[in-house]
This record gives sequence, structure tokens and C-alpha cells, in this order.
Amino acid sequence: MSMTITEKIMAKHAGKERVVPGELINCSLDLVLANDITAPVAIKEFSRLGQDHVFDPERVALVPDHFTPNKDIKSAEQSNYVRQFARSFKITNYFEVGRMGIEHCLLPEQGLVLPGDMVIGADSHTCTYGGLGAFSTGVGSTDMAAGMALGECWFKVPESMKFVYHGKLRPWVGGKDLILYTIGDIGVDGALYRSMEFTGEAIENLSVEGRLTMCNMAVEAGAKNGIVPPDEKTKAYVEKRAKRTYQFYTSDPDASYVEVREYDVSEIEPQVAFPHLPENSRPVGEAQGIELDQVVIGSCTNGRIEDLRIAAHIIKGRKVAPRLRVIVIPGTQEIYLQAMREGILETFVEAGAAVSTPTCGPCLGGHMGILAKGEKALATTNRNFVGRMGHPESEVYLSSPAVAAASAVTGMITSPEEVLDDAN
Amino acid sequence: MQIKGTVYKFGNDVDTDQIIPARHLNTTDPAELAAHCMEDADPEFAAAVQPGAVMVAGKNFGCGSSREHAPIAIKAAGVSCVIASTFARIFYRNAVNIGLPILECPEAAAALEAGDQVTIDLAEGIIRNLTRPGEYQSAPFPSFMQEIIKQGGLIKYVQERMKERA
Ligand code: SF4
Repeated sequence: MSMTITEKIMAKHAGKERVVPGELINCSLDLVLANDITAPVAIKEFSRLGQDHVFDPERVALVPDHFTPNKDIKSAEQSNYVRQFARSFKITNYFEVGRMGIEHCLLPEQGLVLPGDMVIGADSHTCTYGGLGAFSTGVGSTDMAAGMALGECWFKVPESMKFVYHGKLRPWVGGKDLILYTIGDIGVDGALYRSMEFTGEAIENLSVEGRLTMCNMAVEAGAKNGIVPPDEKTKAYVEKRAKRTYQFYTSDPDASYVEVREYDVSEIEPQVAFPHLPENSRPVGEAQGIELDQVVIGSCTNGRIEDLRIAAHIIKGRKVAPRLRVIVIPGTQEIYLQAMREGILETFVEAGAAVSTPTCGPCLGGHMGILAKGEKALATTNRNFVGRMGHPESEVYLSSPAVAAASAVTGMITSPEEVLDDAN
Repeated sequence: MQIKGTVYKFGNDVDTDQIIPARHLNTTDPAELAAHCMEDADPEFAAAVQPGAVMVAGKNFGCGSSREHAPIAIKAAGVSCVIASTFARIFYRNAVNIGLPILECPEAAAALEAGDQVTIDLAEGIIRNLTRPGEYQSAPFPSFMQEIIKQGGLIKYVQERMKERA
């Protein structure tokens, strides 16, 4: 019987030969995750169970990354609550400031999520790990509490949608542009309750980082998960990080999909999503000239080393526009160190950008770059909802690191080619 | 279970940042969260909402972050039920898990207007408008979820499972 990659992973973790869309199943979990905002609620619920242990202390990850380094006393209390829980329940994967990273950059990097895994996280962007060929999805804190106790979670098997990306990418077009374009095509509920499977030549040629970026934003189309078939690139990424075994699953050629959409990527330009929804994506040319107050390069979507390299390549030898604040946030300590060794951080600082320790910070309007009323920002993050980065009357545009870097130089939304052409 | 209340109406794609903005997530206290409920969609809502209120919205209600603070804030604000054309999936799970009744019903979501008095029969999924003629049938919960709700939320359900294991 043929199945999709998502169905195969679900069947395996439910101990079944086969699952079909719509079926309710109970799955064993390879990892459960929460952060400094969602873990306190989960721990409170978990406490009601009266348990003195979690199902497996090595398979719970607690990553205080949203309001850390703590922005105020209340956040410090929340982080401390998580820290104390991690200590008393001997959670090995608790990550302290200075050794941490944004959860969805950190977990793949640390080899804590692997191909074929079944992962839940009390964070909506947990779907990121589909980039490695894992099934992962965001849940709430009560699900997280149940997951910590039982190592299990119930699911409804989703219908799968297949996206086929043909052809070769244009210069300065990457995973972020593909996913913004796709969400623009299907809408913010275009994949509601479904699985998004990303395939085709352009995906095969995409780096693991680019695949993580695409799966990260599957939730912005309402999807339960995003997933990319694992291949040699996946293997190269995980084999040096994995501390346990993993398995590659791929969809059967005759697996059934509720919908198949095909794109010719050679027609896709760098994308910009206009306020206040990720589905408002348009070619960068249509956003050209929109004046900005702030540019943010970072987040679980685009805070990886490849993203910083691209941005630094464009910014190198240039200056941040005088009207702008540019904030660069490497996704993890490892990325930070790597960027430092490659001289990337120096490039940013010389250009007049602020470089921060890893944190979610401004992505969710937490701290480290909140917008005032009427201000406009361009960010490499994943959400541009009303008030997402600060005042309810501020505006956020979304783009790739390349467009963000080019715009950092000019002070307005700009195509990378424009900035690089100027140099000739 | 029978619910009776006044309709408060919202639009499409109401995200969790509007339901409870991240700037208020440095607490888990339901009362504090309730005081800021829907702040970025309708700043007057939290002060005006009457106990028993029925929230009615368009498609994709609760999209965005997985924060359980969103249904907690709505429940603590005194809302007795949320009706929408569709819900974002994490919000849907969370509402069930914490015991906030929600119903998916595109017809009711389109027809009901702010200020309408409605009654809702949760077991049957029937929504009746008392202000103007109108009766709507929503899809019942899948049986698995009915079980969770019957046991008083997910935590009770897990407690039962733990007992089986012990
Ligand atoms: S970087 Fe932004 S989207 Fe990613 S986990 Fe942090 S707050 Fe959420």
C-alpha cells in the first residue's frame, strides 16, 4: 500500500503498517520541546499529574529563547521556573544563555532532531524540522505536558499536498522566496490541517538551511507540517551531529495527494510580503522604494550561517543607510562563533549594524528592537501580523536575507541586484 | 450543555498576536491575560465583554503562535464559546485541551451579527439566534475529542492513561 513520507513516519510511530488521512492515531515521540513562554504553562499542567519524572529526561528540550537574556523581572521569573524544573527533573537538553540558540536553529544543529523522527514542540514553528525529513509539528502547552509525561501524542493523520518546484532558481532567490511565493499562491489557510510536501529539482538543489526555512513557514499556510524528502545533503548535514540512529523515509511514487501544485521557479523573483499577512507576497520590484526605519536579519526562519553569509556578502564594504537601525541576530552560539571566525560579524559592525546574542527578541515584539507607532521594518522573520514587532500601528515586511541586506544599504526596500549593480 | 450569550464579532485570520500580544506573555496568570484579551483587534473588548459572551469570527481563527495563553485569555475573559468558519489547528487543539468550547460553522459565522442573542447546544452542535430567525448545525467533535472533553480536558485524560500504565 502506498503512503506519503508523512504517513510513513506516522505509521511507524503509531506501531501500524499503514495509516490513512483522517485516522486518529497515538504516536510515540522522539523529542518534545518548549521555550520560556510555553514551558511555564506546560510545567504547571504537568505538575497537576503529580509525576516525579518525565518519560525520558534526554528527550525533553527546554530552550529559553524568546525573552532571553531576560528582558524584565517577570521574564526572569518565568525563565527561572523553567530552569528549576530542568534541574529537578534532570532534563539534559536545557540550554542556558551563552550556550543556547533560537530553538529551531539549535535543535537541528545539535543533532537532537533527525530524519524520520516524530517531534512535537510547544511552538508553532516546530514544523521546521521537516527540512530534515522528520515529522514535526507545533502544539500547545497542555499537549506538551502530556507529551512530557507519556512520550506520546495523538494526531489526526493529515491529507498531504505536494508542491513541485521545477527549474533553476534565479540569482538571489532562495528558500524564503519560494515559501513566500507559495503562501502568496495558496493563502494563509491554503494548507489548513494538511501536510505540505516540498519536492522537485529546485528543492533537491536547495541547501538544508533553505529547506529548514521553507518548512519553518509551512504553519503560515495553516499546515500541520512541512516536509522535504531526505537525500545526500540531509545525510551530510546530520551524520556529523547525530548521536542516535535515524531513518530516511520517502513517499511512494503512487502515494495519494489531495492536491498537487507545480511551479517553474525560473519565473520567481525575490519576494516581499506586505503587512499584515505572509500571504501578501509580491515581487520585490513592487515594494521598491518603501522607506524603512528598521531591518532585522535573524530568527528561526533566516538566522542560520548561510543567511548571514548572504547578507554579509551584500553589505560588505557598504554602509547602513543613515535613517536605519539594522539588527543582526545569529540563530545560535555556534552560528555566532562561525560568523565571527569568517569575519561576517565584523562586516556587519563596520557597516553600522547592531549584532546581538542569539534571541527571538524583536521577531515577536519581545525586546531588542521594538517598533514605535507608524514605523516600518523589513525582517527576515516569518510573521508580519498586526503589532508583531511592536506598536499595533507599526508595519512589518518580510523578505529573504538578500533583500534585507540590500535594503539595509539603501534605507528602502531594494532588490539585491540593484545594490550590487551600483558597484560596477 | 446549553450556552446563552451575546455575540461579539471579529473578522478573518484573527491571529494569536491579536488575541494576546506577545508583550503580555511574561505572565501565565489567566486574569492578567484576560485583561489584555483581543487588545490588538479591539482595544475596548476586554473591558466591555460580558460573562457568557459568544465570540464569532471568520476563517482561520487563532492562526499564528502556539501560545495556549490565547484560549486561556479568551476563557478567562468570560467567553463561553467561540464560533468560526474555520480554526487554525493549534488553536483548535489548545481550546479542546483547556476546555474552551469551540464550534466550526461557516453558516453561523457568516449570519450572526454583533449584539445577537444566541443559544448553543454543545452536545448537538446546534446554534440558535434569538434576536433574528436563524438556526445552524455545526459539525460535532470527533469522538476521540469528545472523550477528552468528557474526561475534563487532556490532563485528566492523561491521568487515566498513567493509571493504566502503573
Ligand atoms: S524566532 Fe520568532 S518565530 Fe522563531 S521561535 Fe522565535 S519568536 Fe518564534
